Amino acid sequence: MDQSQSLSSQTGRTRPQWMQASLNIVTYLARKPTSAFGLVVLALLILVALTAPILAPHSPYAQDLQNTLQPPSMGHLFGTDELGRDIFSRLVYGARITLTIIFLVTIVVGPIGLFVGTVAGYFGGRVDMILMRITDIFLSFPSLILSLAFVAALGPSLNNAIIAISLTAWPPIARLARAETMTFRSADYIAAARLQGASPARIIWRSIVPMCLPSVLIRLTLNMATVILTAAGLGFLGLGAQPPMPEWGAMIATGRRYMIDSWWLVTFPGLAILCVSLAFNLLGDGLRDALDPKQMNRR
Amino acid sequence: MTTALAITDLTKDFPVGKRLFGPPRGVVHAVRPVTLDVAEGETLGIVGESGCGKSTLARMLVGLLPPTAGTIKINGQPLDNADPALFGRKIQYVFQDPISSLNPRKTIRQIMEAPLRHLHNMPAADRARRINQIFAAVNLREEFLDRYPHEFSGGQAQRIGIARALAADARIVILDEPVSALDVSVQAQVLNLLADLKGQFGLTYLFISHDLAVVEAVSDRVAVLYFGSVVEVGPATAVFSQPRHPYTKLLAESAPVVGRPLAAPEGRETELPDPLNPPTGCAFRERCSKASAICAQIAPVMTEVADGVSVACHHPLTGPA
Repeated sequence: MDQSQSLSSQTGRTRPQWMQASLNIVTYLARKPTSAFGLVVLALLILVALTAPILAPHSPYAQDLQNTLQPPSMGHLFGTDELGRDIFSRLVYGARITLTIIFLVTIVVGPIGLFVGTVAGYFGGRVDMILMRITDIFLSFPSLILSLAFVAALGPSLNNAIIAISLTAWPPIARLARAETMTFRSADYIAAARLQGASPARIIWRSIVPMCLPSVLIRLTLNMATVILTAAGLGFLGLGAQPPMPEWGAMIATGRRYMIDSWWLVTFPGLAILCVSLAFNLLGDGLRDALDPKQMNRR
Repeated sequence: MTTALAITDLTKDFPVGKRLFGPPRGVVHAVRPVTLDVAEGETLGIVGESGCGKSTLARMLVGLLPPTAGTIKINGQPLDNADPALFGRKIQYVFQDPISSLNPRKTIRQIMEAPLRHLHNMPAADRARRINQIFAAVNLREEFLDRYPHEFSGGQAQRIGIARALAADARIVILDEPVSALDVSVQAQVLNLLADLKGQFGLTYLFISHDLAVVEAVSDRVAVLYFGSVVEVGPATAVFSQPRHPYTKLLAESAPVVGRPLAAPEGRETELPDPLNPPTGCAFRERCSKASAICAQIAPVMTEVADGVSVACHHPLTGPA
């Protein structure tokens, strides 16, 4: 009885605190105009992706060869492309692809970067040397060129583009996590944890990873813009999403040929890419302030 | 009385200026061969100025630093493997800065459970019971368990640190300046608590401090450390009432006392010697008023001068200080 009571009081205390903390961060982000913009655009992107079948007036793949290259009108809000497909509908469905890319890259890059960085930082010495030299090899190529090489080797497709982007995006995260880890690893409470019998794996997972998480999260958010642009770039070069997938970069690539006469083919996907990458950048900036304890106190 | 902790020729060298190939540029002998015995139930005070190797010695004793040479024996069993988890069950450590020794992102309960779970594999119900027991012993309320370290004052945090060390159920506790970060009023409270716990749990303390008054108050025996080596060991009353080593005398006279004007008892070199170029012979001779030719040539060895008092000096002081 005593035990269950203390347990319930424990969860009763920690859960609201955790929720309160995230609520604090969101209110902080919403209060600043720039990060609020990022938050709104991100929310919109998710909403659009979820409700794509309802929002889109046409199928993204439905061709109408009678109505090719129509300028924006009431029937086709953003006009039609060279095959008569509705650009607005394609943009709406493209949001799903963009979100997929972002989501997959994040869940691959975050853990890999954190793992390599914290292990290298905690153990130091030879482990650090080997892991960091591998990281250096990846860092020494421009990320787009390296992704190109990976996609070329794996074959052009959206999934391979995601893998290629992930392979090039983890080294900066690993570097960051390592630098953070090195500031914590000589702390007294890490020494205390070792004395209490915690294994290195446990110390890294329970003590060091939570400390690194805020800065890694910020870095990932700021990286998103690059990821979206790289995905768009790969799509543009024909190495990412394959036609007829409504990927924004690929849309610009095919619209390029008609750009002079039909500006809407490239303008609307371009604006979408601009908005989303800008939103992530602003959100990352806001997040950096929101997660900084000194900034939190100033409020 | 049995020996709880026996240190034999424990040494720690730090290489300085590592090169890619070949030996390092120099070696700092942070702890020169130190031999000490601590009897069960005893409090051994270790005093010395900053940089004399107190903390390095302490960190070796709990396995946070692997010793370069020498052995550590606990209850007669050698422990030279530098695995803190192995040490954890026999010897525990209380940190100088109480707040920074507690993980800011964990609740006190999580911090307290760590030693019980990792060192003793205790089931949850036993853990809760044991934590309550220990918290009662260190006069902390149970509500504190669900709070975070930053919500505590220094004195409370230090009691939590002590409680954590107790939770590991080690018989030997190393106290690395446990009260020097605390207010004077709280110092007394923590020192009294330490004394109570010692009687209650039959603990053996290694009390490291640079505060002579504190060491004198809590210690049964005292070891004076200078430049990485022990220069004087003896019962606390004997060492403080009649210092044999000139350095002990210097330390005793440096402590501020009410009613005595503050004066540096030495005018010359007041720094420790350069550890990269240690002096020949006695390390203290440049600060010593009694230094003679022999001090520059031969390093003095520990010799027993009175009952229980050993000193490493060619010209030990005699008579009342």
